[in-house]
Amino acid sequence: MEIPSDLKFTKDHEWVRIEGGGVVAVGITHFAQDALGDIVYVEVPDVGDPVETGGEFGVVESVKAVSDVYAPVAGEVVEVNLALEDAPELVNESPYEDGWILKIKMSDEGELDNLMDAEDYRELLDSE
Amino acid sequence: MSEELASVPLEARHIEHGGKMVPFAGFNMPIQYTGIKQEHLAVRNQVGLFDVSHMGEVEFKGPDALVAVDKLVTNNVHNLVDGQAMYTAMCNEEGGIIDDLVVYRLAADHVLICVNAANRAKDFRHLSMNAIGDVEVSDNSDSYAQLALQGPNAQALLSGLTATDLGGIKYYHAEFGAVAGVENVLISRTGYTGEDGFELYIPVDGAVTIFDAIVAAGEPHGLALCGLGCRDTLRLEAKYLLYGNDIDETTNPVEAGLNWVVKLDRDTNFVGRKSIEIAKAAGPSRRLRGVVLQGRGVIRNGYEIYAHGEDTKIGHITSGSYAPALEQSIGLGYIDINHVNDDVVDVDIRGRRIPADVTKKAFYKRS
Repeated sequence: MEIPSDLKFTKDHEWVRIEGGGVVAVGITHFAQDALGDIVYVEVPDVGDPVETGGEFGVVESVKAVSDVYAPVAGEVVEVNLALEDAPELVNESPYEDGWILKIKMSDEGELDNLMDAEDYRELLDSE
Repeated sequence: MSEELASVPLEARHIEHGGKMVPFAGFNMPIQYTGIKQEHLAVRNQVGLFDVSHMGEVEFKGPDALVAVDKLVTNNVHNLVDGQAMYTAMCNEEGGIIDDLVVYRLAADHVLICVNAANRAKDFRHLSMNAIGDVEVSDNSDSYAQLALQGPNAQALLSGLTATDLGGIKYYHAEFGAVAGVENVLISRTGYTGEDGFELYIPVDGAVTIFDAIVAAGEPHGLALCGLGCRDTLRLEAKYLLYGNDIDETTNPVEAGLNWVVKLDRDTNFVGRKSIEIAKAAGPSRRLRGVVLQGRGVIRNGYEIYAHGEDTKIGHITSGSYAPALEQSIGLGYIDINHVNDDVVDVDIRGRRIPADVTKKAFYKRS
């Protein structure tokens, strides 16, 4: 199971990449996409929408299941991955790169300290 | 809370081949191997192999077998010839659907009924309690394994493993034959996918032999191992009903669109007949319809249906999914009779109303 060491993670199986300028990219992990199976639809908020830590910001749907996605940090949506509209399968094929879901301008960068590093996340997966 | 799951005879094979196992109707079953979309498309374009051993088999044996079964189902058993199958509903006195079944006339004194896994105990109780005349009713589910080989290449693949003339078995007919050296396999040209194919009722000890032989012969035919995930998406595209979702004891055959398997032009006073006659005369208050989502999103079981552009709730979805061969979302749902002929309805997808076209036809029909 691929877990890139430069990312941060949540217990809800989302990943966070620090992009600089107080912006983070967010997606779901390899584990999450594998558990969901073939992803056929990703619902994202609009650019400019506020998100709260732990709040639902969208939905990832596979053939069989609907899964909410939660914001790992609070802030404002500054970009969404428009490619997912026509190619939601990118989340399966490239969960950490082309399958990113949105970017958030953080309101408090200190929140990053609350997230797991790759090692903690691997432990979480091992314990599940 | 953990419940004891029953094992199908092929459980070890599923795990060996990378099946993702989930509890289903009390059995540990593969939901998928490589992925639902890929497996689904393999069945549409080549051939797929499903283990459906969780399905139950109840047999009626004795001189009154046909008469007894005819009294318990809505379709006419007396129209069957030896080796012929039919789809039917089985209703309670109120006309509610206890189960939907495939009934095989194996001989004048022998009927095999394939029942849904989740209904096995309930069906056997109902069938044995209400069987009249000189007949013995037995639940032989544990004596059979059942495999479904479905898709345009099914016959070509299977013909390499049996001397039985498969081309001679017509749709909804079945014949006993040997498959991969296993004798007494009931080879039935039936299925739940909308494709040509076969369902094999196998003496349980022969299950692994036949499974392995089909897998070994499968590659040139494009065989995919298939889980229950794509079984559901395939049946929905073909608009086959799923018991527990689209029909149950609170629905009758009239509103479920099953009038075609209710035969009232016969003398048999089958269980539920009176109630169904009343329901038919009164006309249904709702009807099961297909819906095709116009926009993006996925229709799911339980979503509410509204009149298009209005705030009037007119029904609910009973089955919904993304349809891999159609690349859009489809569903089945009950719609109030005043709106069943609407061309467009709105499906409430988590608070957003998305228009959907209403259809009376199957979503997918093989060419």
